[in-house]
Amino acid sequence: MSNLKPDELSRINYTPPEEDWMAVPVQMRKGMYCHGASENSLTTVGFPNPRKWSSADTDWKLPDNWQEIVLKGMAERLEKYRSFHIFMDICVRCGACADKCHFFLGTGDPKNMPVLRAELLRSVYRREFTTAGKILGKLSGSRQLTEDVLKEWWYYFFQCTECRRCSVFCPYGIDTAEITMIARELLNLLGLNIEWIAGPVANCYMKGNHLGLEPHTITSSIDFLLDEIEEVTGVKIEPTFNRKGAEILFVTPSGDLFADPGTYTCMGYLMLFHQLGLDYTWSTYASEGGNFGSFTSNEMGKRLNSKIYAEAKRLGVKWILGGECGHMWRVLNQYMDTWNGPADFLQVPVSPITGTVFENAASTKMVHISEFTADLLKHNKIEIDPSRNDHYKVTYHDSCNPSRGMGLLEEPRYIIKKVCNNFFEMPENTIREKTFCCGSGSGLNASEDMELRLRGGFPRANAVKHVHDKHGVNMLSCICAIDRAALTTLMDYWVPGVKVIGVTELLANAMKMKGENDRETDLRGEPLSGAQDGEEKEDSEDA
Amino acid sequence: MKILLPFLGVIGIVLVAFVGVGLLNLQYLFGVIIPYTAFAVFLAGVVLRILKWGRSAVPFCIPTTVGQQKSFPWIKRNRFDNPSNNFEVIVRMALEVLLFRSLFSNTSTALKEDERRLVHQSSKWLWLGGLAFHWSFFIVLLRHFRLFMDPVPASLYLVESMDGFVQLGVPVLYWTGLILLISVTYLFIRRVVITNVRYISLPNDHFPLLLVLFIALTGLIMRYVLKVNVISVKAFTVGLFSLKPNLTQDLGLIFYIHLLLVSVLLAYFPFSKLMHSAGVFLSPTRNMPNNSRRIRHINPWNYPVKVHTYEEYENDFRDKMKTVGLPLEKE
Repeated sequence: MSNLKPDELSRINYTPPEEDWMAVPVQMRKGMYCHGASENSLTTVGFPNPRKWSSADTDWKLPDNWQEIVLKGMAERLEKYRSFHIFMDICVRCGACADKCHFFLGTGDPKNMPVLRAELLRSVYRREFTTAGKILGKLSGSRQLTEDVLKEWWYYFFQCTECRRCSVFCPYGIDTAEITMIARELLNLLGLNIEWIAGPVANCYMKGNHLGLEPHTITSSIDFLLDEIEEVTGVKIEPTFNRKGAEILFVTPSGDLFADPGTYTCMGYLMLFHQLGLDYTWSTYASEGGNFGSFTSNEMGKRLNSKIYAEAKRLGVKWILGGECGHMWRVLNQYMDTWNGPADFLQVPVSPITGTVFENAASTKMVHISEFTADLLKHNKIEIDPSRNDHYKVTYHDSCNPSRGMGLLEEPRYIIKKVCNNFFEMPENTIREKTFCCGSGSGLNASEDMELRLRGGFPRANAVKHVHDKHGVNMLSCICAIDRAALTTLMDYWVPGVKVIGVTELLANAMKMKGENDRETDLRGEPLSGAQDGEEKEDSEDA
Repeated sequence: MKILLPFLGVIGIVLVAFVGVGLLNLQYLFGVIIPYTAFAVFLAGVVLRILKWGRSAVPFCIPTTVGQQKSFPWIKRNRFDNPSNNFEVIVRMALEVLLFRSLFSNTSTALKEDERRLVHQSSKWLWLGGLAFHWSFFIVLLRHFRLFMDPVPASLYLVESMDGFVQLGVPVLYWTGLILLISVTYLFIRRVVITNVRYISLPNDHFPLLLVLFIALTGLIMRYVLKVNVISVKAFTVGLFSLKPNLTQDLGLIFYIHLLLVSVLLAYFPFSKLMHSAGVFLSPTRNMPNNSRRIRHINPWNYPVKVHTYEEYENDFRDKMKTVGLPLEKE
């Protein structure tokens, strides 16, 4: 946690310094960046330049020909990605993106304006790849690729969460996420990754999930959740793992198995599928929906993602259901089929409960849990008692990726409105496609960069505070595993009293199950408001 | 310096025309050779640039979705901010290119210091200024075709009559000339006055604005102040456009200054950010439908990668899997 109090941290100066930005060398400030990738993590997946180093050191132990490697990498990517090529050329620096970035709004650092973040790279592009840059030099806004520039890249491209908010407002759709992805690929060519990404990547490659949970740990984690469910509801659930012949393979981020409040969401999945009698299986091999590989390089993203289709094929399922996760759905929506498809061994997904054909997933064969659930509720296939969520005043945080990389906006809202009586939207310019990032996305949810995360999450927290003050909101719902972890920290700091909840947990609270007992608590073991009232009455009688 | 240099550059261009034509009588150089060269550079440069972009692959379907996706018939989707087919993409692009839709939704954020509250408000000035600038520039350009073509197409007269403002004697005052001057001035002042925009601006952001500003100024002076002989100008430009340049007419110095400024703009265009006018059509976050779960997008350079297979995984963990009763491929 940052040493600064919220009052101090929110004193932000948006006025840039006098000197030109190129004249201001990068100052790496503690709390604003992550540890460099370890030798071990890079070696495990065969990434270049594994070595012992620290991002705080002056010497980053770069290979001798590092400039050549970077420039060759740029040239290659200019041909491979039209997005990159165009975004290098056509920015007019109109400034529309400047105040759209949560990191700029939280730090006031001008290099966090999306336009300048891109200029960090563009300045080198202009010098090395354009006629004007070669002739006019500095006058055209170009500069040489030096070690200082490289460090500046590393610092600022790991201060971007690839949230795409700037891209919404850019008149040409210039997407800093795309630029950051390429920049990180270039850095990765020199082994300049961060451990918080490289570690989970190595874990996921060898063990199937970011957390490195081995098969027996996955089953025991879920066993633990099953006990919890039984305690709250009286219902005994027996899910299956790695089962061949199941109709559906379920894949969710491993974070949901590990720590609360994600575990409560996971309990929600287990309860929902049990109640429906769904013929589904978990996999310990494809036990990760998220994809930290996509935060290092396109190739690594593909290598990790391949497990989902491979496992679906091995088990012979018909289609795949995906849990609540943000960047996971960017990957599933925009990359998976291209990388590892065609999934012609699967069938167009059909809900076995409602018969709805998920035409929008006809090719990937992968359905979002919120789509699946919204369809169930629309057809009244689940009995709901929304009053079980009456102790919550709920608002909803759109995760960046499902909103700006997919457009999944109404499905979760439909569910929330069905299962909760008290729902309040945050201000218009902070939700849906204009949602603010949690500040910890794209692999930046480490602990050593806590100040960065708290600053980056400031605009989001600020909007939550607005509905907290106005309507007494005490619960922030979301459909993202990183959100569940990151927003919890963020709320504790900026808006104490607001907790974080997955949409499926809200659903499970309200869902009536066959053979359940008279529920007195929610999944967290906290008394439902009806039950609470009862207790209070007893208390007053005693008094 | 960032502003002074481009300013001096534009002044320099004016001076070059002044000296070249006014003192050295190089009419043929400035009236024929430079304009033709500039136009050739413009054409070749733009085509080459677009071809270069076109050669780059589009490996992934990465539209920025700015509204509800297409999922169920009972959920209202946002067709044009999250298009799901090519027709909707065309509408999205048209709205973007013709009406600057993304900028229309622009907001500006301020921190209310006393209560530590961020306020995000709609901000349409950039949209308005940008739209006014581009449209007026376009119509002014269109109107110029009256000077390039003989006979003049009837449709051009229509544009002119709609553009005609008030008859302050002769000639008629056109709306668009005035709007162009005002909007380009606004865009320039904005770049200088708003601190963050000044901070991100490069000399090559100020230069084209100043160039266009001077083009508009010289054009307006020519038309309304010095009132050059339109008939001589037309005789010359029609000649230029029909590739039979004749320099028999006396065109006046101001015309040559205007022409050189335009020539510089043309030659500068393909090497500058002005290529955004073509690039916007190729921008993958705007010109692709969000249908990649329904229809597989093909990456032309997709290649096989090294993966950790299930078999390897089971080999690594067979005993542990066995202990907890997980099914195995090989016992």
